[in-house]
Amino acid sequence: MTTTATPTTSAPVETGASPDRAAVRLAISSTPRPPVPGRVSTALTFGWRGMLKVKHVPEQLLDATVTPVMFVLMFTYLFGGAVAGSTGQYRDYLIPGILVMSVLFTTVYSGVALNTDVTKGVVDRFRSLPIWRPAPLVGSLLGDTVRYVIAGTVIIVLGVALGYRPGAGVVGAVAALALVVVFSFGLSWVFTTLGLLLRSPSAVLNSGFMAIFPLTFLSNIFVEPATLPGPLKAFVDVNPISTLATASRGLMEGNARVGDVVEVLAVAAGLTLVFATLTVRLYRSR
Amino acid sequence: MAAANRVGDSSLAIEAVGLAKNFGAVRAVRGVDLAVRRGSVYGVLGPNGAGKTTTIRMLATLIAPDAGHARVLGHDLVTEADAVRRSVSLTGQLASVDEDLNGRENLVLLGRLLGLGRRQAKLRAVELLEAFGLAEASGRLVKNYSGGMRRRLDLAASIVVTPELMFLDEPTTGLDPHARNQVWDIVRALVAEGTTILLCTQYLDEADQLAEGIAVIDEGRVIAEGTPARLKASVGNGSLHVRLLDPADREVAAALLTERLGSAQSKNPVQREADPAALSVTCSSGDAGAQAVAALGAAGVSVADFSLGQPSLDEVFLALTGRVPSDGADAKQEVSV
Ligand SMILES: Nc1ncnc2c1ncn2[C@@H]1O[C@H](COP(=O)(O)OP(=O)(O)O)[C@@H](O)[C@H]1O
Ligand SMILES: [Mg+2]
Repeated sequence: MTTTATPTTSAPVETGASPDRAAVRLAISSTPRPPVPGRVSTALTFGWRGMLKVKHVPEQLLDATVTPVMFVLMFTYLFGGAVAGSTGQYRDYLIPGILVMSVLFTTVYSGVALNTDVTKGVVDRFRSLPIWRPAPLVGSLLGDTVRYVIAGTVIIVLGVALGYRPGAGVVGAVAALALVVVFSFGLSWVFTTLGLLLRSPSAVLNSGFMAIFPLTFLSNIFVEPATLPGPLKAFVDVNPISTLATASRGLMEGNARVGDVVEVLAVAAGLTLVFATLTVRLYRSR
Repeated sequence: MAAANRVGDSSLAIEAVGLAKNFGAVRAVRGVDLAVRRGSVYGVLGPNGAGKTTTIRMLATLIAPDAGHARVLGHDLVTEADAVRRSVSLTGQLASVDEDLNGRENLVLLGRLLGLGRRQAKLRAVELLEAFGLAEASGRLVKNYSGGMRRRLDLAASIVVTPELMFLDEPTTGLDPHARNQVWDIVRALVAEGTTILLCTQYLDEADQLAEGIAVIDEGRVIAEGTPARLKASVGNGSLHVRLLDPADREVAAALLTERLGSAQSKNPVQREADPAALSVTCSSGDAGAQAVAALGAAGVSVADFSLGQPSLDEVFLALTGRVPSDGADAKQEVSV
């Protein structure tokens, strides 16, 4: 017989128990509809979701910080003497720059996470809810901000462990971290835009790093641009990541130029204006 | 279709007229009319690519229609989208739960987003997890759930606050029969509590089990509409597959089966399959099919094996359109009679 039978009494092949019909009916009838929550509360709920992901999938945060940590160790001890005369001097130059790199790498994952939500259909559910429409985007970025703080703190702590002592102390380190996080908030909108345009999370990850990797290398994070050939130096000088690294060093040492800080904030505001608008528009029309 | 004449009828949960949507050159939905009575399950049956998901996405306000209009629970789809969202919930084709969260967190998240307090949301999550047989798995990450568990969590997430109308997009595609029955039970419980359901499916069997009315959709258009009984009657209620011990007996068997199972609608219901010893026949009921097999035996035709099933979507399509759905992907489903 080839009759395909529908098993009605066979044991469940999965670990979950069977739903209980009476309980299901009771559960269905038991909730009156509460009023729709406000925008802030909704965004904070999405922020909480982001936190839970840091807890459940810490690998993602690790992925983004492992490379910068390796760079700190490799560059300081391998090239430090050659590049800056002494390991200690190079370490002091490198740490505020790697702080920038570490946090910027983390921003790519904002786009990856959004794309994952789109491809898994989670976004469809959120968009069918009677909530403030940009709330999932705003809330996720709030949660991401916490990830940026963690990624930055890892580098600062590593630096201190290697003997780095910022001239402006804890205040300097916090100020530098804050500036980097604000800039990253702006930059992350670029990756959320990418997250809504590309087809898969890995496409976002790959193209994101393809963009951010050279941009961080073609900055003054690793070397003073003075020794670079003309066109390269010109690029490094206008690269906003260089300005961010310079401002980060300045804040750490307590001698930051106001112009640098203002420039960084302006770029962050510009990125947010353009790419947050784009992201929200793409998100609405998906 | 009926919908066109009754805009504003308060007994209808969905009334759509001429809904259409294009994606570039792809005409995904080309003028769909639907009239879904409040408190009923309405099935939208069609093969892959027919436009089911696009129709649901329009009705759930995720995408705006290019043409046509619709009222969902009395609210205009476009101008009163917020009011629509307040009373519907969507269970998408992909089980749209967050894989990086555990089951409980998924439900608490939805509860909070829908306006429940922290404590209320937690209590509600526990209640639903228990009712849906997920209490034990509540602390496990959803990425480690089986397909059936994931779908049940998805359904639970859709009723954290009980919706008046629920969109269900292929809720059992890819599930084993046991998990499928569990989902069907939940759907039946929802209906018993008064929720209206729009169910998209590729399985005639599923629509037959759950829906009171069915629209068959193909290439973005409704090509047939009616009760499951009426639709099935157009092809016969069952489908009998027989493989003979000796291929030489095939013509004798075909004549016998035609004589016993032929009817007014299908005078020549026998199809000769590629296998020279095999035949398939549509029949008016399982009983008739079983008796026909017995008759073969009595006439001295040895049967190697046989199966009796529901007509598949393919067979319904063949009857309605004269062709097999272009995609034809896994729409076939057999159930013992
Ligand atoms: N976002 C989209 N962009 C382009 N084409 C799409 C999109 N969504 C659906 N389609 C196309 O529209 C048609 C209908 O798709 P869909 O509504 O998903 O069908 P079903 O759910 O019945 O399988 C298909 O040809 C599909 O490829
Ligand atoms: Mg679909």
